[in-house]
Amino acid sequence: MNYIAGVLGKLNTGVFPHDKVTLGAAISIPVGGLLVIAFLTYTKRWKWLWKNWLTSVDPKKIGVMYIIVGILMLFRGGVDALMIRAQQATSVGASHGIVSVNTFQQLFSAHGTIMIFFMAMGLMFGLINLILPIQIGSRDVAFPFMNLTSFWLFAAGMILINLSLGIGQFSAAGWLAYPPLSELRFSPGVGVDYWIWSLQIAGIGSLLSGINFFVTIIKMRCRGMNLMKMPMFVWSVLCTNLLIMFAFPILTVTLTLLFLDRTMGMHFFTAGFGGNPMMYINLIWAWGHPEVYILILPAFGIYSEIVATFSRKRLFGYTSMVWALAAITILSFSVWLHHFFTMGAGADVNGFFGIMTMVIAIPTGVKIFNWLATMFRGRIRFASPMYWFMGFVGLFTVGGVAGVVMSVPPADFQLHNSLFLVAHFHTMIVGGVVFGYLAGITYWSPKIFGFRLNEQIGKWSFWCWFVGFLLAFIPLYILGLMGATRRIDHYSASMGWQPLFIVSAVGAGIIAIGVGLFVLQLIVSIIQRKDNIDYTGDPWNGRTLEWSIPSPAPFYNFAIEPVVTERDPFWESKQLAKDSEAKVPHYKPITMPKNSAIAPIIGALSVAFGFGMIWHIWWLVIISLVAIIVSIIIRISDDETDYVVPAHEIEKIEREYAAKRAQAPREKYA
Amino acid sequence: MSEIANPPMSLDISNAEQAKDSKTLFGFWVYIMTDCVLFASLFATYAVLHHNTFGGPSGQTLFSLPNVLAETLILLTSSFTCGLGILSARARHKDKVIFWFLITLIMGIAFLFLELTEFRHLVVSGNSWHHSAFLSAFFTLVGTHGLHISVGLLWLAVLLGKIFGRGLSKNNLRQLTLFSIFWHFLDIIWIFIFTIVYLMGAVGK
Repeated sequence: MNYIAGVLGKLNTGVFPHDKVTLGAAISIPVGGLLVIAFLTYTKRWKWLWKNWLTSVDPKKIGVMYIIVGILMLFRGGVDALMIRAQQATSVGASHGIVSVNTFQQLFSAHGTIMIFFMAMGLMFGLINLILPIQIGSRDVAFPFMNLTSFWLFAAGMILINLSLGIGQFSAAGWLAYPPLSELRFSPGVGVDYWIWSLQIAGIGSLLSGINFFVTIIKMRCRGMNLMKMPMFVWSVLCTNLLIMFAFPILTVTLTLLFLDRTMGMHFFTAGFGGNPMMYINLIWAWGHPEVYILILPAFGIYSEIVATFSRKRLFGYTSMVWALAAITILSFSVWLHHFFTMGAGADVNGFFGIMTMVIAIPTGVKIFNWLATMFRGRIRFASPMYWFMGFVGLFTVGGVAGVVMSVPPADFQLHNSLFLVAHFHTMIVGGVVFGYLAGITYWSPKIFGFRLNEQIGKWSFWCWFVGFLLAFIPLYILGLMGATRRIDHYSASMGWQPLFIVSAVGAGIIAIGVGLFVLQLIVSIIQRKDNIDYTGDPWNGRTLEWSIPSPAPFYNFAIEPVVTERDPFWESKQLAKDSEAKVPHYKPITMPKNSAIAPIIGALSVAFGFGMIWHIWWLVIISLVAIIVSIIIRISDDETDYVVPAHEIEKIEREYAAKRAQAPREKYA
Repeated sequence: MSEIANPPMSLDISNAEQAKDSKTLFGFWVYIMTDCVLFASLFATYAVLHHNTFGGPSGQTLFSLPNVLAETLILLTSSFTCGLGILSARARHKDKVIFWFLITLIMGIAFLFLELTEFRHLVVSGNSWHHSAFLSAFFTLVGTHGLHISVGLLWLAVLLGKIFGRGLSKNNLRQLTLFSIFWHFLDIIWIFIFTIVYLMGAVGK
């Protein structure tokens, strides 16, 4: 028995879930997985999946994989959210709601962690992968193998965090696991370790992606595209990746120190032995505040593309938009303390951070006004991406004003950790980030899949999200002002809060319908794909380079490397090309990177490594670590990582696209 | 400049190699920068915690400066031999490359040995990492540097094996350049550790 205990670390038969809710969730995931496996086996798609997707270094395919994981995690985090809302609506007076206190704590911890790290980051890297290389006129990213490895590290983190449902339990210490609560003494289970290792592994993937896309933008833009001719989405991604490069190492360190405290008995953040819990809170927010800008900046970029395209106007105030992005990037590192004005740093320090927080509203305001000015006197087309944009402008402004309210330290002492705060950051992240990414998926899917999404269902989805959002979060603003704190699992009936909590729960249900409709939109669009085929590669009358190539984009993106002379190059070329004769292109061979099985292997080994670390199964840790090192050595010793696509093959593919374009019905999307 | 001078559409192999070199080199510099942020966070933690000895001995009584000076000299010299190795690589002298990098490798191992000896001494004398926040911060900061050194040594050993087998191929030369950047970077980090942890610790700042 002792021998087995040694081999399996802290694992034993008691680790499986006991309460019904968790058990149901824990069973549904493997059942769903088995259904997928059965489907793949039945349709004999394993080899196809492995060769065309899991080992593919094509950023467009990696992007689709990120988005699939992101949407799955939207479900997972969404179910958590529904249960939080249901608990708070029902746990009043004599009733104690639908889940136990411990499960409730795990629910809000998992909800925050999953939504930020695996939903929002997943959709963000997905869209960046899909579009960024094409927008800069490149065939690939700077380091294709590293890009795939980043995805697999992200997926490994995602697998670990979901394993906690079935094996052991998740952290009950909130989404940022503040010590001393998250220290071994107060959280002796494996929950916090699950939190640490899923974030650590996914975080290293994000850091590698940050480096990769930064180098891609700096080094791989096509000829003629100088910095001030880059599309706004590219600018936003450049700023986001700068933030990732500066912020994510801090997260790596913070998580490592917490791990050392818990596993090696160190004293960085413990309450005794000279440790300093407030240092953790400083460190985690020195990463955490830039992180929220990491999420929102690409969404800003997406809105900038959408509003210009659908207003059929140049983006208003391009230069000021760039400077606003740069200002936000720099300022985002000087506001972290506003997350804990109540720490007691004194009036001077709080005053400084309060003012910096107010200052950051200025460049954000510049962006809002520039978007509105872009619409002004434009010929606006209200397609569904534009709906998301309009919803965003309203919600983001409300949320921003709420943020400025809280940036005043004396006001924050009242609002700190109240539901007002929860309502504020959900307005920013749902209304800003999620709306932006859903708009981006709708806007760019013709380029990736070759057909447009169903407009009608997209608009229904938007309305459910928008109305549901207001119903779910306006009550939380009010409750916060009434004194309701966040993460509250029970309250007295005499507070009079229950009606507002019920409205909020109904709102969350309507958002859930919105999520369902978005997925329905994807499914219906796939079924009706013949009706919405994008023949020309330019379904929206677009402005930037991605619309100049056929849809779905060929794996090499550009048969001939583009040269640009203008901002909005494709728009300009369309204005000029009306009377000029099309030249017969002269194709050249193209060098492309080979697929790699090593990246998914590193991902699988990372799951094993993390699992061993969480459960103290040291032999598994050593074996998987050695195997990861060997995999990397094999990879860096490989001199033959590229292959050449011959010119005649490119010519053949391009001819097929030309034939497809010729079939296009005359009516243009006007 | 040469990229602009060349005709745009040509698929010149050496051009492609050059582009790959320039991307990899720039990417590695960017990685080094992120590693700088990582060390900066660790230095910050050490700065916050280094007085929190919880009644135990401080750096003033624990650190043995002669030992640290020896470590410093060894690491600096290994950086110098690494530089000589890069010069030989530029001149395509395979034997000299192997010679200089072998010396770098041996000095790196010697450094690591001295560092581990110091760690062992501290642990045996009852000043392990779980005794105070100061010791936790010390072991983590210096240990992270040591971990980087270990990774560098493993990388160099593999690289030497490849150069021995396949000679100075494009890929190997590229990686030698990256390794030398990494090694010099660790040298600079060590200078900071030497100053902030050991020298300032010895005078009790």
